[in-house]
Amino acid sequence: MRQTVELVSNQGTTADQEMDTSPLAIRGLTVTYGEKPAVFSVDMTVEPGKMTAIIGPNGAGKSTLLKAALGIVPPVSGRVQVFGRPLEAMRARIAYVPQRASIDWDFPTRVIDVVMMGLYRELGLLGRIRGHHRTVARDCLDRVGMGDFADRQIGQLSGGQQQRVFLARALAQDADLYLLDEPFAGVDAATEKAIITVLKSLRAAGKSVVVVHHDLATVADYFDNVFLINTRKVAEGPVAEAFTPETLQAAYGGRLATAQIDQLAVVQG
Amino acid sequence: MSGAEFVPLSLTPLLIGIFAAVACALPGNFLLLRRQALIGDAISHVVLPGIVVAFLLTGAIAAGPMLLGAAGAAVTAVILIEAVRRLGRIEPGAAMGVIFTTMFAGGVLLLEQTDTSTVHLDVEHALYGNLESLIWLDATGWSSLWDLEALRYLPPELPRMALTLLGVAAFIALFWRALKISTFDEGFARTLGIRTDLLGLALVIMAAIAAVAAFDAVGSIIVIAMFICPPAAARMMTNRLEAQIGWSVVFATLSAVLGYVLAGYGPLWLGAADAVSAAGMIATVSGVILAIAARFGPCRHRAGAPAGV
Repeated sequence: MRQTVELVSNQGTTADQEMDTSPLAIRGLTVTYGEKPAVFSVDMTVEPGKMTAIIGPNGAGKSTLLKAALGIVPPVSGRVQVFGRPLEAMRARIAYVPQRASIDWDFPTRVIDVVMMGLYRELGLLGRIRGHHRTVARDCLDRVGMGDFADRQIGQLSGGQQQRVFLARALAQDADLYLLDEPFAGVDAATEKAIITVLKSLRAAGKSVVVVHHDLATVADYFDNVFLINTRKVAEGPVAEAFTPETLQAAYGGRLATAQIDQLAVVQG
Repeated sequence: MSGAEFVPLSLTPLLIGIFAAVACALPGNFLLLRRQALIGDAISHVVLPGIVVAFLLTGAIAAGPMLLGAAGAAVTAVILIEAVRRLGRIEPGAAMGVIFTTMFAGGVLLLEQTDTSTVHLDVEHALYGNLESLIWLDATGWSSLWDLEALRYLPPELPRMALTLLGVAAFIALFWRALKISTFDEGFARTLGIRTDLLGLALVIMAAIAAVAAFDAVGSIIVIAMFICPPAAARMMTNRLEAQIGWSVVFATLSAVLGYVLAGYGPLWLGAADAVSAAGMIATVSGVILAIAARFGPCRHRAGAPAGV
């Protein structure tokens, strides 16, 4: 097992030009939980200034791919480069929104304090919080329409409001690459609209956005590029080329009815 | 009560009790939020065999070897808990439960089977400590606080506990921001470059140091109670971590003072002749405070499920 992993990862180490310019370039990434690989020998090259959706069935390794790219879970093998340099050197240029359900929202803290966490790299361990830091945090809350909730305890918010607070925290990080894990899961329509508006404004400002996404019906509306995964990479590219009935069939297998796939193709057309 | 009576007999045990309570309550806040509160319980139990082995090896009750033995046992336990968790693939709470009960039982057996009953190292001492005996007989009144000669004979537990409290408080103050972020959202903390694994280990080690020092001075009952009761009560008083820490210090101090006074004078007020164990009473008071906070605290409802939905 380990040997095959190394062989595959060696194939991916050939440096190419794309790797030097891509906001996020992954080569030969393999992650295992116990014996079973969750992500196997995946290559990914995110296009700058675009919105990319990571798509695949449940348990296909979408979140794991994101977490391994960020160094949250250790990969067995593989290489990650952010804007052409190693991850550790580029942390300040990355913002991350974890899955809302991964957090204990009973934690004793206020909305504004959560947004301030996004300023950690600027403040450091002991830096004083000053007036302009608070201004930045409040501006970020305003951008997601949560300005009136700054002093609320986070557990008192609805799921959609919590998701917007997480997005505000990512905005406070003022990054160039935004990685979001299922930001539209279980949120109301107003929140979904607010989030997509903010993400599109980020793209308009030249930022790169990568989103783990589960709703196939909105892919063509929201995104420029897709990355289809089912443990292994299935397809990658512009929506028109990579988001086709064939690639969906390959990623989802029998789990997606043919009728559904045809319908999606229509939506896209 | 006059200074001539209070300073030699009650001042030092009171201060040691307060320092021990606060030193345990401070890391307890984070352990509670990380669902690791049982660690305090585990550490206070596993140090027993370490202390007994240290005593058997050196044949004397000296603070140095005892603390080393306790620390060694704590480290052994942390490693064993990890081993059981990984090899047995069971959840951390169960792994802790298996290790600390086994090691504590081993410690009790060692105590009973060896010739340690002649010294004041016995099960009761391990559980209740001996707070009342930590007196300062060289003091004659408040003026002794400026008397270098008398200060030399302060019970050594007092400066040791004070240093421990300072160390724990300094650790939390220094790493406050990183501790808060990584306790709330570990994945996010890692993307910021925070070494959450090392920080988590450092927190457990600080908790172990506080537990071992407090165990040495006041016994394991206070340790177990103070890791959980004041922080849990404090959580129900506020929805801000900063304020929760403050409340937990207030509750820990209140438990120590009230518990000490009630243990010394409560039975007399009720017409009984003898005082009861101060450690036991301090733990009891902390439990009563928790019960009151659970009933009347302003933030006692779990906010996790959105209100009004």
